[in-house]
Amino acid sequence: MKKIVFILSLLITIGLQGQSAEQRGLQIAKAAEKADLGFNSSTVNLKMTLKNKNGQTSQRTLTTKTLELTEDGDKSLIVFNSPKDVKGTSTLTFTHKVGSDDQWLFLPSIKRVKRISSNNKSGPFVGSEFAYEDLSSQEIEKYAYKFIEEKGSLLVVEQDPVDPKSGYTRRLVTYNKDKGYRIEKIEFFDRKNALLKTLIYSQYKRYKNKFWRAARFVMTNHQSNKETILEFSDYDFGVNLSDEDFTQVALKRG
Amino acid sequence: MNQKILFGTVILMLLSIMNTLSAQDKKNKVNHDIELEVETEYRYFYDGAAFANQKEHFPSVAFRPEYSIDWNKGYEQFNFTGFFRLDVDDERTHWDIRELYYQKVKNDWELSVGIKKVYWGVAESNHLVDIINQTDAVESFDGEDKLGQPMAQFVYTTDNMGSFEFFYLPYHRKRTFSGVKGRFRFPVVIDKDDLQYESSAEEWRQDFAFRWKHYFGAFDIGLTHFYGNGREPLFTFDQLGNINAFYPVINQTGLDLQITHDAFLWKLESIYRTAEAQDFFAMVAGLEFTFSNIDGNGLDIGLLGEYLYDERDELALSALQNDVFFGSRIAFNDTQDTSILVGGMSDLESNSKMFSIEASRRFGSSWTAEIEARVFNAIDDREFILSNFKDDSFFRLSLSRYF
Repeated sequence: MKKIVFILSLLITIGLQGQSAEQRGLQIAKAAEKADLGFNSSTVNLKMTLKNKNGQTSQRTLTTKTLELTEDGDKSLIVFNSPKDVKGTSTLTFTHKVGSDDQWLFLPSIKRVKRISSNNKSGPFVGSEFAYEDLSSQEIEKYAYKFIEEKGSLLVVEQDPVDPKSGYTRRLVTYNKDKGYRIEKIEFFDRKNALLKTLIYSQYKRYKNKFWRAARFVMTNHQSNKETILEFSDYDFGVNLSDEDFTQVALKRG
Repeated sequence: MNQKILFGTVILMLLSIMNTLSAQDKKNKVNHDIELEVETEYRYFYDGAAFANQKEHFPSVAFRPEYSIDWNKGYEQFNFTGFFRLDVDDERTHWDIRELYYQKVKNDWELSVGIKKVYWGVAESNHLVDIINQTDAVESFDGEDKLGQPMAQFVYTTDNMGSFEFFYLPYHRKRTFSGVKGRFRFPVVIDKDDLQYESSAEEWRQDFAFRWKHYFGAFDIGLTHFYGNGREPLFTFDQLGNINAFYPVINQTGLDLQITHDAFLWKLESIYRTAEAQDFFAMVAGLEFTFSNIDGNGLDIGLLGEYLYDERDELALSALQNDVFFGSRIAFNDTQDTSILVGGMSDLESNSKMFSIEASRRFGSSWTAEIEARVFNAIDDREFILSNFKDDSFFRLSLSRYF
C-alpha cells in the first residue's frame, strides 16, 4: 500500500514538473484555441496585395464570412469583389477536424456551383504566397506539437502537419501568452526542411473584449522573394450568421 | 411583341418593388454596384463556306452591363445583367436581358421573381440536365451561353435533407439560329419564328420544374423534373426531305451525381425525356483527376474523360450520341489567372472528331484576353446535324475591358 502511494505521488510530481515538450506544445495550442472560443460568427473585408520579386503589385479584394462550430471545424464563405473579371466568384468551405474539408466553387458567369477537391493543400491561393492550408481554419487535430522555447511572453511551438499532403515538414509558431495567446509569427519549412516563408501578424486589435485580430498579415517567401500582404478591415462580430448562410444556395447569392 | 409585353411587365413590377424599398433606405445599409464589360471579338473560319452567302471573317463587339443593389444585410437584392452583340451575321446581332430579378431570403427559404439564369449539372463535355434556360445558340458553340428565363423560383433548405427548389416558368423563349451569313447553319436558313409549338398555349404555356439537391460526405446529388415546352426543337422530315421543326411538350427527369474523393471527381448526368413524338434516354459519365501544384509554383494539370450516350442517335441536336471526350485543364494559378482547356471528342461509330482549345489570361487589373479554336475533322456525312458544320472550324480571339 505504501509502495502504491509512493508511486502515485511520484507520478503526480512528474506530472507537475516534468511535462514533456509535446504535452506543453499541445497545451499552448489548446490555450490559444480556448482564448478564441465563442466569437460565433464574423464578417471581414480583405485586401490582398501580391508583390513579385521586381516589386510589381496586383490586388484582389474579397469578403469573408465565418461561422464558428465547436463539434466540427468552422464554415466559411469567401466572395471575390475584384479583379472585376472574377467578381462574384465565391467559395464555400466546411472545415473538418479530421479528414479532408468539403469545398464548393461558384462561377458567376454561368451560375455553376462545382464541388471541388480539397486535396490541393499546398497550392497557392489565387496566385498569392498563401497556400490553401495557410488560410483554412486552424484545428488542433491537424498538427502534432512540440514546445521549443519561452522568450518573455512569447512561446514558440513547433507544429508538424498530420496530413501527408501538406507542403510543410513543420511550422514554428510564436504565441503571445499575455495577449490571449494570439499568434505573432509563423515560419514555414518546406518538404526539404528549408525555411520557405515567414508570416508576420501586426496591427492587432481586440474585439468584444476578447478576440484578437491582426489587421495586417505579411507573408514573405524567402525562396522566390515574393510577398503577399493581407489587410483586413471592417471586422464585424455582431452579424449573427447561422448555418443557413453557409449553404450552396447561399453560395450563389454571394 | 409578346416578349416586349413580358419584359415591360417585369420592369414595372420591379420598379414598384424598388419604390417601396427606397423608403427603407435610411435604416438599412444599401449597396449599389454598376459594372460594364466591353468585349471585342474576331472569329475566322478558315475553311471555305459549305453554303451560299456564308462569311469567313466575323469581327464583333459585345456589351454586358450589370447593376445590382442589396439591402437588409444582403437578404434582399435586385440584379440586372444585360447583353448586346453586334455581328456580321444579322441573327448573331442580338440583345437579351440575362437577369432582371428581385430576391428575398428569410432563414431557410429564398424567393426569386423575374428573369434569371439557373445552372444544373456536373459534367464538362455536355450539359444534359441543365434545362431551365434556353441556349443562346448563336452566341457560342459549347451551349454554355443562355437566354434569361422569366420565373418565380422558391428554394427551401432543410437541415438534413438538402434543398428543394420549385420553379414556375410562365414563358418559353425560342432558340435563335444562324442567319444567311452565319456559320453553324443548315442549307436552309431556319427562322426561329417559323418554329411552332405542340402546345396550343404556345410560348405562354405555364411550365413547372423541381429540383432536389443534397450532399453527404463525398456525394453531391441532384434530382430534377421539368414539365413544359422543350428547350430543344424536335426535327422531323417529310418524304421530300423538308425539315419540319417544332417545340414539343416534354417531361424530363434528370439525375446529376458527383463523388469527390481525393483528387478524383466522378461524374454522372442522365436524363429521360418523354414527349408525344419521342421518348429517349441520354447520359454522360466520366471523371476528372487533378495533379496539383506540380512544380511547387501552383501549376495544376487536370485530366478529363467522359463517355456520352444519346438514344436519339443521329437526331440528337448535340451530335453526341455515342462518343468519348478527353480533355485537360491546365491552371497556372499565377497572378494573371492563366488557364488552358484542351479537349477532343471522338465518335465511336464513325471517324468524326472535334477538337477544341480555350485559353484565357488577365492583363493588368481590368483586361482579359481569350483565344479559342474548334476544329471539325473527318465529319461523317451520315451525321445528320453535324455534317452541316463540317467546314465550320474556326479560331476566335477576344479581348475584354471591364469598367
